[in-house]
Amino acid sequence: MIRGYAGKFLEVDLSAKSFKEVKFSDEVLKDYVGGRGLAAKILWDRLGSKWETIDPLGPENLLLFLTGPLTGFFPGGRICVSGKSPQSNGVVGSTVGGEFGVELKCAGYDGIIVAGEAEKPVYLFVKDSDLEIRDASHIWGLDAKQTTAVLTRECRELLKARYPQKGEWKEPSILYIGPAGENKVRTAAVAAKWSHAAGYGGYGAVMGSKRLKAIAVKGTGPLPEVADLEGVKTLMQEVCNNAYESELWRRWGTGSAGYEVGARTSSEPVRNWQEEWHDERSFGVNEFENRVWVKQYWGDFGCPTTCLKLAVVRSGRFKGAITDNPDYELQAYLGTNLGIFTPEENVFMASVIDDLGLCGIQTGNVLGFAAELFQRGILTKEDLDGIELKWGDAEAFAALAKKIAYREGIGNILAEGTYRAALKIGEMKGVDVMPYAVQVKGIGVGAHGIRSEKDYPEIYSYACSVQGGDHTSTACMPLDDFRSELMMTFHDSGVYCYFNVFGLSRTLVFNFYKAVTGIELTKEDWVATKAMKIIQLQRAMLLLGGPDLKWNPEIHDDNPPRFYEPLPSGPLKGKAIEKARVDEEKRRYYELVGWDERGIPKSETLRRLGLDDVDKALEKLR
Amino acid sequence: MASEKRALIWIARDLSKCSGCRKCEVACSLFHEKCIWPEASRIRVFMLAPGIEFPHFCAQCEDYPCVEACPVNALSVSKETGAVIVDSNTCIGCGKCIDACPGRIPHLHPKGNKILICDLCGGDPQCVKVCQEGLWNVLRIVPRGNYSYKLYARTPEEIARDLAAKIFGEDGARYV
Repeated sequence: MIRGYAGKFLEVDLSAKSFKEVKFSDEVLKDYVGGRGLAAKILWDRLGSKWETIDPLGPENLLLFLTGPLTGFFPGGRICVSGKSPQSNGVVGSTVGGEFGVELKCAGYDGIIVAGEAEKPVYLFVKDSDLEIRDASHIWGLDAKQTTAVLTRECRELLKARYPQKGEWKEPSILYIGPAGENKVRTAAVAAKWSHAAGYGGYGAVMGSKRLKAIAVKGTGPLPEVADLEGVKTLMQEVCNNAYESELWRRWGTGSAGYEVGARTSSEPVRNWQEEWHDERSFGVNEFENRVWVKQYWGDFGCPTTCLKLAVVRSGRFKGAITDNPDYELQAYLGTNLGIFTPEENVFMASVIDDLGLCGIQTGNVLGFAAELFQRGILTKEDLDGIELKWGDAEAFAALAKKIAYREGIGNILAEGTYRAALKIGEMKGVDVMPYAVQVKGIGVGAHGIRSEKDYPEIYSYACSVQGGDHTSTACMPLDDFRSELMMTFHDSGVYCYFNVFGLSRTLVFNFYKAVTGIELTKEDWVATKAMKIIQLQRAMLLLGGPDLKWNPEIHDDNPPRFYEPLPSGPLKGKAIEKARVDEEKRRYYELVGWDERGIPKSETLRRLGLDDVDKALEKLR
Repeated sequence: MASEKRALIWIARDLSKCSGCRKCEVACSLFHEKCIWPEASRIRVFMLAPGIEFPHFCAQCEDYPCVEACPVNALSVSKETGAVIVDSNTCIGCGKCIDACPGRIPHLHPKGNKILICDLCGGDPQCVKVCQEGLWNVLRIVPRGNYSYKLYARTPEEIARDLAAKIFGEDGARYV
């Protein structure tokens, strides 16, 4: 057995109300590692032959919660959530921070595979090998904070009653959905700890479709044995020492970027990306720090960076709003993108989004889209059920977010996410609104624009990513660039926080992998064969798509139309991206990853990687 | 006697600063169990509501009610450190010390039914090291004086409710 793994996965069939243990061979674990990689493998093996017919929100879809061998060891614990995505109809490895992955491994499982769907709301309770599908009717409908409080109390009481002599039980780790997930909103997240979200992919909706409100796990065992404990300890220390010296993320998290990315790199979404520059000093990180932070360092298991900051609005109109201080993405998507430029309003928006169980990025994207349609008179106050959706009006945006979460009125359309909403509204109004939809393959683009070419994504990064607009999985050349999605796939498959990797040598994570698992793995081998295989699987499932939408790479391997408009303001005013350049770079990228000129993985690429069945399945696209 | 007392240490604690990183649990279990084992850590970070994580561990009460309560004399006080020492060969895992502790701090080892209490790592607490190294400064070593350390022995619920009110404001305790 390979070290670092608990050695078995738990499969729960909610339709049959049954459990079973699943094991993967050493070969599979060596090739796909865990998390995102293993998710692609499991989904292809089990759903690949009928992929196009699988409804992501139907009982045939699988919902995966996977750790990786490095979870719990590499500082900064996470868990990877996956399945067929109701946003892209492909596969997204969506990770979220917290203790869940560690608890799961301590309970003896490397992951949970959820199949089927429950008849009525349930939650899953795992205490080591004691497994239970429990009634969740009393928590169905509750928001994030209520759900967390009720489940924490309930599970601790359960544990106390069953093991009375143990002493005080620590809380189990909980993943849950809010009302948005329950209502199968495609921008719903699987969440943890109020404000931590696996947002990309829309897996909150998948969890809701299975009527699975939450999973609570308490594991009392140790983390699995590692191959070289002294090596692991030394590497852990190296990662920590590096993080302790990083003033930027330790002090501010990504929160300094709410000002910086606008003012300095002109790549922040402002009013649905109509601009990417602002110089609003009111949005400086010092304002957040002085006005709303109540805890400077907040983090997840083993993390030396603790980049999260706890924020509370103490007085005024938004009094009582609590959240992890909006990180850059949410400062942008629930701030500047909506024309909001004060910390209190931004914290309020994030708190509302947390409570509803929405993904702040995807929801901020669709809210901005709706506001632009309102600005242009395409959506009226009547269409919006009386909401005057003016830029900067946090209360109006919060009201619309609630409509989305509960699928009320216009919310029922916007709940489909920006792309699907754009199709529907375009049809309704007889106007093409796709120019205002800032998304790629059903996934709203992360808050890092490409027009200025001063930020990290390349001009083809989103267009070619196997995870669409996901800013944490950008296509880059060379393929072993630290930003490349082939490298990101390692972090998402080892399952740990890649924020603790910045500043370290790029081979460190592979040395860490060896110390934990005992298996030699070079960066070159990872990129050329293992990550390459995972990316091809993800690409194949993305292109097969269905049942409601399919992507044609010749059309959809592209930037949102907005990114071809020249920047209208700021020091880089007038800067634009030429389509011909994007096409040229795309061709180079296709070449490197072994796709044909239309973007379909080539037969020879797939066969070289041993993916003959994928090759056969893609025949019909060629 | 007096010089012996001056040599004793105590772990001062500033709970509201805790980041919830749990590196203290990692360090404690690596030291005592030679592996990462949060549930077997003598110091445990509770999170009864997100954002109000805090470490829960022995306060070394002046009158050591746990030692008094042990029916089989498995607990003793170390003369060198003032820590409560568990003789795991004698401990029967009855839990009387848990009930005697005002903070219900002792807990059973997940394997083997023996009680776990902070032993101050023999005078060089590993949890303090990692907390200091990361500059969180929740834990700090101070000389043990003649104070009511027992005040620090409080249950997780009591601590969580107070911290929630302190951190989140007047309604904070409802999240616990």
